[in-house]
Amino acid sequence: MEIQRTIKYDADRVRGFAEEIMSLAGCDQLKSCIQCGTCSGTCPLSIYMDYTPRQVMALVRADFKNEVLRSHTIWLCASCYACTVDCPRQIRITDIMYALKQRAIQEGIYPRRFPIPVLAREFSAMARRMGRITETLLVLRLFLKSDWRALFRSWRMGLGLLRTGRFSLKPERIQRRDELAAMLAATNGGSLPPAERKEAV
Amino acid sequence: MKYLYFPGCSLKGLGRAYEESLLPVLRHLGVEVQELEDWNCCGATAYMSVDEMEAAVLAARNLALAEQQAGSRDLLAPCSACYLVLHKVQHNIAQFPDVRSTVQSALDRARLRYTGRVQVRHPLDILLHDVGLEVIREKVVRPLRGLKVAPYYGCQIVRPYATFDDAFNPTTLDRLLATLGAEVVPYPLKTKCCGGSLTGTVPEAGLRLSYILMKEALRRGADVIATVCPLCHFNLDAYHQEIERRWGAVRIPTVYFTQLMGLAFGLAPRELGLHRNLVPFEKWSAATAAS
Amino acid sequence: MNRSGAMKPNPSAEPPRIGFYVCHCGSNIASTVDCAEVARFASRLPGVVISRDYKYMCSDPGQELIQQDIRDHRLNRVVVASCSPLLHEQTFRKAVAKAGLNPFCFQMVNIREHASWVHEDPQAATAKARALARAAIERVRFHRALEPVRVPIRAEALVIGGGIAGIHAALTLAEAGKRVILVERQPSIGGHMAYLDKTFPTLDCAACILTPKMSAVRSHPNITLWTYSEVVKVEGFVGNFTVTVRRKPRYVNEELCVGCKECVDACVFKEGKFPDEFNLGLSRRKPIYLPFPQATPQVVLIDPERCLNLKTGKCKKTCVEACDRNAIAFDQKPELKVVQVGTILVATGFQLFDPSRLPQYGYGRYPNVFTTLEVERLVNSSGPTGGEIRLRDGRTPQSVGFILCVGSRDHRTNRWCSRTCCMHSMKLALLIREHTGADVTLFYMDIRAAGKGYEEFYDKCLREGIQFVRGRVAEVTDWAMTPEEEGKLVIRVEDTLAGFVRRIPLDMVVLAVGKEPHPDAQELRRLLNLSCSAEGWFLERHPKLAPVSTFTDGIFLAGCCQGPKDIPDTVAQAGAAAAEALALMDRGYIEQEPNTAYIEEADCSGCKSCLPLCPYSAIQFDEARGKAHIQAALCKGCGTCVAACPSGSIRQHLFEDEQIFAEIEGVLSHD
Repeated sequence: MEIQRTIKYDADRVRGFAEEIMSLAGCDQLKSCIQCGTCSGTCPLSIYMDYTPRQVMALVRADFKNEVLRSHTIWLCASCYACTVDCPRQIRITDIMYALKQRAIQEGIYPRRFPIPVLAREFSAMARRMGRITETLLVLRLFLKSDWRALFRSWRMGLGLLRTGRFSLKPERIQRRDELAAMLAATNGGSLPPAERKEAV
Repeated sequence: MKYLYFPGCSLKGLGRAYEESLLPVLRHLGVEVQELEDWNCCGATAYMSVDEMEAAVLAARNLALAEQQAGSRDLLAPCSACYLVLHKVQHNIAQFPDVRSTVQSALDRARLRYTGRVQVRHPLDILLHDVGLEVIREKVVRPLRGLKVAPYYGCQIVRPYATFDDAFNPTTLDRLLATLGAEVVPYPLKTKCCGGSLTGTVPEAGLRLSYILMKEALRRGADVIATVCPLCHFNLDAYHQEIERRWGAVRIPTVYFTQLMGLAFGLAPRELGLHRNLVPFEKWSAATAAS
Repeated sequence: MNRSGAMKPNPSAEPPRIGFYVCHCGSNIASTVDCAEVARFASRLPGVVISRDYKYMCSDPGQELIQQDIRDHRLNRVVVASCSPLLHEQTFRKAVAKAGLNPFCFQMVNIREHASWVHEDPQAATAKARALARAAIERVRFHRALEPVRVPIRAEALVIGGGIAGIHAALTLAEAGKRVILVERQPSIGGHMAYLDKTFPTLDCAACILTPKMSAVRSHPNITLWTYSEVVKVEGFVGNFTVTVRRKPRYVNEELCVGCKECVDACVFKEGKFPDEFNLGLSRRKPIYLPFPQATPQVVLIDPERCLNLKTGKCKKTCVEACDRNAIAFDQKPELKVVQVGTILVATGFQLFDPSRLPQYGYGRYPNVFTTLEVERLVNSSGPTGGEIRLRDGRTPQSVGFILCVGSRDHRTNRWCSRTCCMHSMKLALLIREHTGADVTLFYMDIRAAGKGYEEFYDKCLREGIQFVRGRVAEVTDWAMTPEEEGKLVIRVEDTLAGFVRRIPLDMVVLAVGKEPHPDAQELRRLLNLSCSAEGWFLERHPKLAPVSTFTDGIFLAGCCQGPKDIPDTVAQAGAAAAEALALMDRGYIEQEPNTAYIEEADCSGCKSCLPLCPYSAIQFDEARGKAHIQAALCKGCGTCVAACPSGSIRQHLFEDEQIFAEIEGVLSHD
């Protein structure tokens, strides 16, 4: 029997975190959260999460930044928007999850080979560079950077995709890539609070 | 009827069967589409996880290009994720001044402008509301009699923006399938999540959601699941072996609703990309031959 | 100057002797405005005999100061510069009157809300205070003695709505000797309470406590009961309302019918065929029917949409044959009745939220999803199943779930809490458990049990083994994931207290639907000139201190039409409304502010431009003399006719031209 001691002190809170999240576009409604649990009840992934969406909202409001950014919840959100549509206070829960994902990536808070943020980073890097995603290339990069053994476990699917002509390694790209690069450079990490703005990764 | 067409990365890649069936079906109905020139990736859910403003700019470039190339035409976005992202960015630009100004200054670098007048439409929307079920009914030469279809909408075309159908109980796809002569099975999971990209990254969670969809479709007596989204199609079509290994047999094919339309219109299966299914759709020959 | 160009002489015989007072209002005014300076400034103005500043003018010593000065200095005008007239104009007018001066020779200036509270710069604030003071002093010169208008109050009352609120109010008024007309839109009085089986927290039988009161209403000599009737027009003003009521045809003579129901038995429809409204569609009735067994009046009625004779003219009319009192009257027509009353009490109640607006709960889609009121009918021994809890297919449920806050506390539908649903659900849960032994679970966000005996009732429910799960239900579905869920309704919810998500299979789901205003509440309130809140409930005059009166004098509110509440609070409020109405009617008159318009007949040209402009229909035209005439009792002093009259013959007391122009000059001439 393993005994664990769990208590949270005031020092565990990161003051200002709640306000930072609630000041993002459209996230003001979080102030009205009454912890009813509808979001967790309707979320198809909540049964796999360490903190349910409702608990994450409570943690955000109480400034428990580290607990929130380290949770599995933000990665397990599939953005199905069921919570957002069902919430009786019209809180944009999915958008808050995105904001938390962004912060976790920016602060590098996730296990190094955890596939979900790896996928997000690889996806955005490819979109930035080429303007379009070549899915098979993306999946290859994802496996290589997270769990290369999974590549071999999916050999049957790979063969199936080859056989049915869905497996293409030819890179898709747009013509005016410089234009896109210039546009992205102009945003300058605008979604971060001013103190934390730096060049987007 | 003419529309600008935004395929998105998936319809050129793993989801090419969607494009392969959508374009001939639209042509058959007299709807002209013109692919948006030099369109870029919408960013889907992944880019939004990294940087919200950059994601907005990425999507907005397409909106601005559409305004430049469209005239007064609407932008057709068949992929559910693209549909959602484009709507979301339009919404955010309209509602939040800091998003609007950041996006506009980024667009300025490419000498593009976005005024908000382009309308992003889904194929179900234009088929039911612009073309009309009557016109579609007239084109049906091989009604899908006896084919039991589970209509699967997925999340992102009904949530959070329920623009052309109800968020909890949508009926556009149901009505379309009924018009094709198919028997539409009552399917309570029609708007439940398939697992999205989690099927590849966290399979025990993501794949189980797809498994649940297939299991219930079979329980309700469906022969096939009709889907509107390339990612849903991939999840329901490509992972069968893994799903069956984990939880048991649930063999049911999934096709795009446009493929069913094509079959009902008398187009050949190969023309509609049906050969690309990993789980072959066999009942179609019985259904269309029976008429 | 008036419009005809001549300067009217000061109506008061004596030259003005003005007393001017500035209040510090503690520090409310004095912290920004230099009160002593304003008093000094005023003392230099012509006509000002005495000018003082004082800490609290409204206090007893403050008032005595004014009274003493009136006597000592023979003041004939008083000006007080202090807070808002809404707060203390009456106070000072009374004080002045006590010292023998006509209260309308007093003028009040607001230098708190208008100067001190809206400025930070003391110099600017003081300058403004000086200007306002001067304006008032110039104005008050032209004030003259006025007498308030007395409006008689009739001793009859109209009660709109025959639920428990209307019933209790009507009985209270009738017992006090007043004549009451009770108008109810349904064919019987009783309201929502008549649907109930037992009431919380005592589990008293609702019918047992309600029907004696209904019966008392019917038999009270002072009450005229008009059911199946609606108010269609209201004219007049406090104490003298003229109300038109439309009585809908029952096609049965109310005087003759004794409610024996022979006609119902004899009806050509052998069985009930149409959804029974009182049983919320859970049973069927014939076209001729008695709404429910204890209906008051105990008179049947005929539904013109369903009756063969009324719809097609082809019927054997067995009902007519069966009635030995000849009470059936197919030729009845709607009747308009006009009554004069002194006060009106509005007790029109509420409607329940329609749960099909929340499709995720499956109401209307899954047969065994019910509303609390439907279950109330099931539990009732005179209901559609004789008191047996039955699912739609006749089975007895073994597991029941209650979903609370359906439609309430939700920004997408109704933001408010409907106050009674927690208790109502717990009561039904207890009754279902008693009747069937079923497992009952309540899914809640909060349990609100604030009334007397309510918390104890909650404890009783806990002790009876009712399960409580804190979590707002996300959806009700028939999709089964495990064998035990097959054929059941499944609720998926996060049990927030236990800390995990649960799926719970149930035979029956009950939705605790909230209350909302009637959809036609807006039409009614326009008839009565009432205000309503943003949510649509009728607006009380003050949320804390005047919960039963409204901004329309003579009209009172009682019950849920003012906001959701339970039966004890409804009855208390009905009693309060009746008491306030009685206070008016017993006094027999009210005094109105004499700021009414009047016509200087000599100047009236008979052009009639003023007549259609009056929103209170207070102006009449005397054809014989070719002059218009204003009824002071109806005039509310809005000033429309005064401004519009082309010949300037209409003036307004307390707003005479010379008073206003003097005020303007006073403000503009400040230094």
